[in-house]
Amino acid sequence: MRVERIKKERRDLPACLKTDVSLLDELIQRYSGKKGIMIPVLQETQDIYGYLPREAFERLSRELDLNLSDMYGVATFYAQFRLKPVGRYIVKICHGTACHVQNAGTISEALEEALKITDGETTGDGLFTLESVACLGCCSLAPVMMIGDDTFGKLTGRDAVRIVKEIRLKNRNTSI
Amino acid sequence: MGTTRVIVGLGSCGIAAGAGKIYEKIRAIKDAENLDFRLTRTSCIGMCYREPLVEIIDENGQYLYGEIDESKAVEILNSHIVNGNPVRDYIVYTDLYDTPDRHYFDGQVRIALRNCGMMDPEVIGEYEAREGYAALKKIADENILPPGIIQEVIDSGLRGRGGGGFSTGLKWKFTYDSKSDIKYVICNADEGDPGAFMDRSLLEGDPHSVIEGMIIAARAVGASGGIIYCRAEYPLALKRLRIAIKQAGERGYLGRDILGMKGFDLDITVKEGAGAFVCGEETALIASVEGARGMPGRRPPFPATSGLWKKPTSINNVETFANIPWIMLKGAAEYSRYGTEKSKGTKVFALAGKIRNGGLVEVPMGITIKDIVFKLGGGIPGDKKFKAVQLGGPSGGCIPEYLSGTRVDYDSVNATGAIMGSGGMVVMDESTCMVDIAKFFLDFTRKESCGKCTFCRIGTKRMLEMLERITEGAGREGDIEKLEELAYQIRDNSLCGLGQTAPNPVLTTIRYFRDEYEAHIKMGKCPARVCKKLITYEIDAFKCTGCTVCARKCPVNAITGERKQLHTIDQELCTSCGICYSRCKFDAIILS
Repeated sequence: MRVERIKKERRDLPACLKTDVSLLDELIQRYSGKKGIMIPVLQETQDIYGYLPREAFERLSRELDLNLSDMYGVATFYAQFRLKPVGRYIVKICHGTACHVQNAGTISEALEEALKITDGETTGDGLFTLESVACLGCCSLAPVMMIGDDTFGKLTGRDAVRIVKEIRLKNRNTSI
Repeated sequence: MGTTRVIVGLGSCGIAAGAGKIYEKIRAIKDAENLDFRLTRTSCIGMCYREPLVEIIDENGQYLYGEIDESKAVEILNSHIVNGNPVRDYIVYTDLYDTPDRHYFDGQVRIALRNCGMMDPEVIGEYEAREGYAALKKIADENILPPGIIQEVIDSGLRGRGGGGFSTGLKWKFTYDSKSDIKYVICNADEGDPGAFMDRSLLEGDPHSVIEGMIIAARAVGASGGIIYCRAEYPLALKRLRIAIKQAGERGYLGRDILGMKGFDLDITVKEGAGAFVCGEETALIASVEGARGMPGRRPPFPATSGLWKKPTSINNVETFANIPWIMLKGAAEYSRYGTEKSKGTKVFALAGKIRNGGLVEVPMGITIKDIVFKLGGGIPGDKKFKAVQLGGPSGGCIPEYLSGTRVDYDSVNATGAIMGSGGMVVMDESTCMVDIAKFFLDFTRKESCGKCTFCRIGTKRMLEMLERITEGAGREGDIEKLEELAYQIRDNSLCGLGQTAPNPVLTTIRYFRDEYEAHIKMGKCPARVCKKLITYEIDAFKCTGCTVCARKCPVNAITGERKQLHTIDQELCTSCGICYSRCKFDAIILS
């Protein structure tokens, strides 16, 4: 069932992360008084913060007259919404049918091993979050993964690890 | 000169294969060397297996270059554009002579995909130049009234291309017959089936034809509100839809008194889905648009009488809409020339999996599966044995090789236990385990079940547990019968299509591949060598070089051996994780 995926996220919610709720001003103004706004509001909130912080929930609920429990219900129903911060790069590994028959499992395993995290987790340096997704729609390039807006196709486990390591290296170099 | 065009295919697959860089490279060279040609872009032509694609049209003809990289692009520009010598080695299709890839297009009849890969989807003028919005103009000029439009669509025999297969014209008629001040048309672009990408390609390649189809639908049913519900996972499709809607509004195809038709007003907005497979079901989709959890509701009342905000609503699929302008322009008789008696017209399929030529094909209904796989798809790579096709995604089923003479039309496919679905066709060969596939789909539907109906929520979970046991070698006598019993109960006791069809992958694989289930249960063997717990890894003494990579990578230290000496795997410790297999550079790890 769909709510299963929230359990893990609730446990390791960071204790105190200051959320600047004033970033929501424009959004609240734009959607105020309209109907059917729940999902777009949550989507745009997630665009701002990268996830849905509790403080944002509370302010949106107050000012847009949305029921907090409805909001939580919607946020946990749809796969797109996240209740905790994510890494700078979200590595989406496609597990659609075509990718599955072309061994997408080995891509996941190779990345889990290389990054030392499991599906849905974020690396300690805050760089990568691993996410299995249903289908990215690039079936003829299977197996596929997507990092940011870039799609990588016809992968092997080795390719996937190399790509991720290159990104890590690039970030290390630029941060020095 | 000056008439030569260079066109780069920039659909999602093309971009993933590197077409964006090639476009930039060609533009840079064009500017630097001041070359005389027109550089444009287009979207997916469907030939995904040859991406990235670059097409050159000059005064002699049309040349489609496949699998282009930056250096090949430079070579083609130099040879073809500068010196006038086409590079034959890279041409995959041309109208001048035969190429091996010609058959990929020859078997197709492109109606829904008529513009995909033929024009720049972000330029409305290119769509208009290809008879775009001509159907809408015809309706306005000839004053064809709603009943006339509906009758034309009924006569065409067009059935819902999202998988339901309900008559599109009748759906419109019911919505037209419902009296209300406000009505809606919704385009269902929540293409959630894993393995299907027809709608994505259509929206990326020809958004205007979908929009024109919606406008005609709105005219027919009397709707003033239009909504396109599209997956958020399709950023390029969303972008191009928004551009197209803006352009259509500027030309007066949307807005007030459209094309002078008094009182015909329509606005179209795009709603992004938030990632829930069940939202492809129409009542769940409506709940999602209204901002709630996407849980299906009871039918009747059908959306045609009480849909979005309780107003009459007609919901149709992307491909259905894309067919509409063509039907209105060429006539129902022309459309129903294609297809079989009860399934008229054409259907787009997304060919993927173990197939040589993966991509999008549009074929007349009634063509056999064998023809799609072998004539258009080029067969199975590596000359492995063709085993089955999976049609209809998680709601569909597997059709075995010996039934590959089955014609693809709604009724023949249903008779096999699979469904037509939205058009995902995943090809499987002898290295695909059918129990694993059933498990894969059930895992998907279990996760995506909204949880409303008990049988769907808990039944799919119990079935999955059984399948997991079977694939781990702990299957029991009687498991198959229990799976079947549960499958029928889930089918009969679920409210919506998701639950009713969730058992299909299991039922069809049991029906056609019972021996594989039995091999897993009775002999503890996976004939396709996929199920990890049932296979063992060994090291080939002739191939092992003693590089120690496998020993270092083994997470349970089951591999031992000195440097430059033969390594061995301790079967007691081995967990069959397969890491050694994927890491060995010398193919020295063998499966048995």
